[in-house]
Amino acid sequence: MANAATGGFIARARLLLAALVFALASGCATNGTDARDPIEGFNRAMYGFNEGFDEAIGKPVATAYRDVLPSFVRTGVRNFFANIDDLFIGVNNLLQGKPIDAVSDIARLAVNTTIGILGLIDVGSHIGLEKHNEDFGQTFGRWGASDGPYIVWPMFGSSTVRDSMGSVLDVSLDPVRNHRPVNVRNVMLLTRATSKRADLLDASRVLEEAALDKYVFQRDAYLQRRRSLIYDGNPPREERSLRGEREPQAEFAPAERSEAANDPVPTATAIAGADDAEQPAQTR
Amino acid sequence: MLNSLLRLARHFLLFALAGWAGAAAAQEVLPDVLVKNVTLEVIDIIRKDKDIQAGDQKKVIDLIELKVLPHFNFTSMTGLALGANWPKTTVEQKKQLTQEFRTLLVRTYASALSAYRDQKFDFLPLRLKPTDTDVNVQVRVVQSGAQPVSIDYSMEKTAAGWKVYDVIVAGVSLVANYRTDFANQVREAGIDGLIKILVAKNSSNASSARVEKK
Repeated sequence: MANAATGGFIARARLLLAALVFALASGCATNGTDARDPIEGFNRAMYGFNEGFDEAIGKPVATAYRDVLPSFVRTGVRNFFANIDDLFIGVNNLLQGKPIDAVSDIARLAVNTTIGILGLIDVGSHIGLEKHNEDFGQTFGRWGASDGPYIVWPMFGSSTVRDSMGSVLDVSLDPVRNHRPVNVRNVMLLTRATSKRADLLDASRVLEEAALDKYVFQRDAYLQRRRSLIYDGNPPREERSLRGEREPQAEFAPAERSEAANDPVPTATAIAGADDAEQPAQTR
Repeated sequence: MLNSLLRLARHFLLFALAGWAGAAAAQEVLPDVLVKNVTLEVIDIIRKDKDIQAGDQKKVIDLIELKVLPHFNFTSMTGLALGANWPKTTVEQKKQLTQEFRTLLVRTYASALSAYRDQKFDFLPLRLKPTDTDVNVQVRVVQSGAQPVSIDYSMEKTAAGWKVYDVIVAGVSLVANYRTDFANQVREAGIDGLIKILVAKNSSNASSARVEKK
C-alpha cells in the first residue's frame, strides 16, 4: 500500500514537472493581444503550471478530503478559517471608510469566536451579521488605484498589479501564517488550502464545461469579479444598448479608446481600471 | 494553493441554482416574482427527486428545458456575447450560433444544478416602474462561512413576458465573459470556425457526461 502511494506521488511529481516545462516552452511563444493582459505569454505559462499542479496534487487531495470527511466537519473547518479572516476584513472596511461594516465584522469575530466555539459555527450570519469580502487589493481599488496588468502567479493564481500589492499585505498580516510553532502553522496552512480547494471541486468541473478557452474565461471572470467586489457588489450598471455594440477591437487598442469612449462617469472607470477597456461606456 | 480563481468559478455554478421556470407563468407576472417562483419550484423538484440527487444529468437537463428555458431569450444572449461580430453573421449562422450556445449553457446549468446542496435563497424586492423594460432582478445565495453569492438576472420585457438575457453571478456577467472568449475564436477562425468549436465543445461535454455516468 505504502509503496503504491509513494509510486503514485512520484508519478504525479513527474507529471507536474513536465507540465511546468511544457508550459514555459509553449506559453512564452504567444503574444498578448489584450490591453489588460500585456504579459499573456508568461501568464499562460504560469496558468499551465498551476493547472498541472492542481491536476497532480490539489484536486486529488481535495477530492479525498471531501469524500472522507462528513459535511459538518468540512463546514466547521471552513468556518474556523473564515472567522480568522474577519479581523482583517474589518480593518479593510475601516480603511475604506465603512465603519459600520467594520463594527459588524468585529462583532462577528467576537460572537463566532466565543458562542461559535473558536469560529467553528457561524453564529454571526444567523443573527444578521453578514459576512463581508474585503482585502487590501480592494482597499487600494476603493482609494482609486486601477487594476494594472493582469498577472498569474505560480501557485497563487490570478491577480493584477494592484491586487498583488494588496496580497503582499494580506499574506504578511495573515494570522494563520504568523502563527507559531511552525509545524502547527504548516498544518493549518495545508488544511486551509485543502478546504478552499474542496469547496471549488464542483466549480472547476463546471468551468471545464463552460469555457472554450479556460485561460481567457478565468481571466475575464477574475477582472469582472474584482471590479464588482470593489463596489461591494453594486458596480455602475452597464446599459444594455451599450453592451455588445461596441467594437471588440477597442479592448485591444488602449490608445484609441480613451477619448472615443465618451465616458459619462470618468471616476467610475478610473476605479474600474482595466475593466474600462471592457466596458467603455457606463451609467449609474 | 491552486489557482485562486477557481473560487470565482464556484460562484459561477450557483447561478443555475436560482433556476427558472414558471409553471404557468402568465404574461403579467412581474420579473422578480417570476424569478422567485421559478427558483423555488425548480429547487423543490431537485430536493425531492432521488434520480437527480444520484447524479442523473439527463433528468436535470429535461427539468431545465421544461421549467427554465422558456424564460430565457437566447437570441439576445447570443447576440450580446458575439458583440460587434453579431451584425456580420448571416441568418443561418445566427441560428446555428444560438442553438450551440444554448446547448452549451444548458449543459453548464445542469452541471451546476446537480451540485445543489441546500443553500438558502434571499430574493430582493424589485422597485419596478411601469415604464421599465430592462431590469436586474437580484437573488442572493446564503452559505455558511462565506459572503452570500449574488445572482442578478438581467431581464427585458417582451411581448411574451419578461425574458432573461444575462446572468451575473458574483459580479461576473456570463455574456460579458463569453464575449472575449468568442471574439478571440472569431479572430482566429472566423464565424464558421467559432461554430465548429462550439459544436466540438458540446459533443465533448456530452461524451464526458456519459463516461461519468458509467
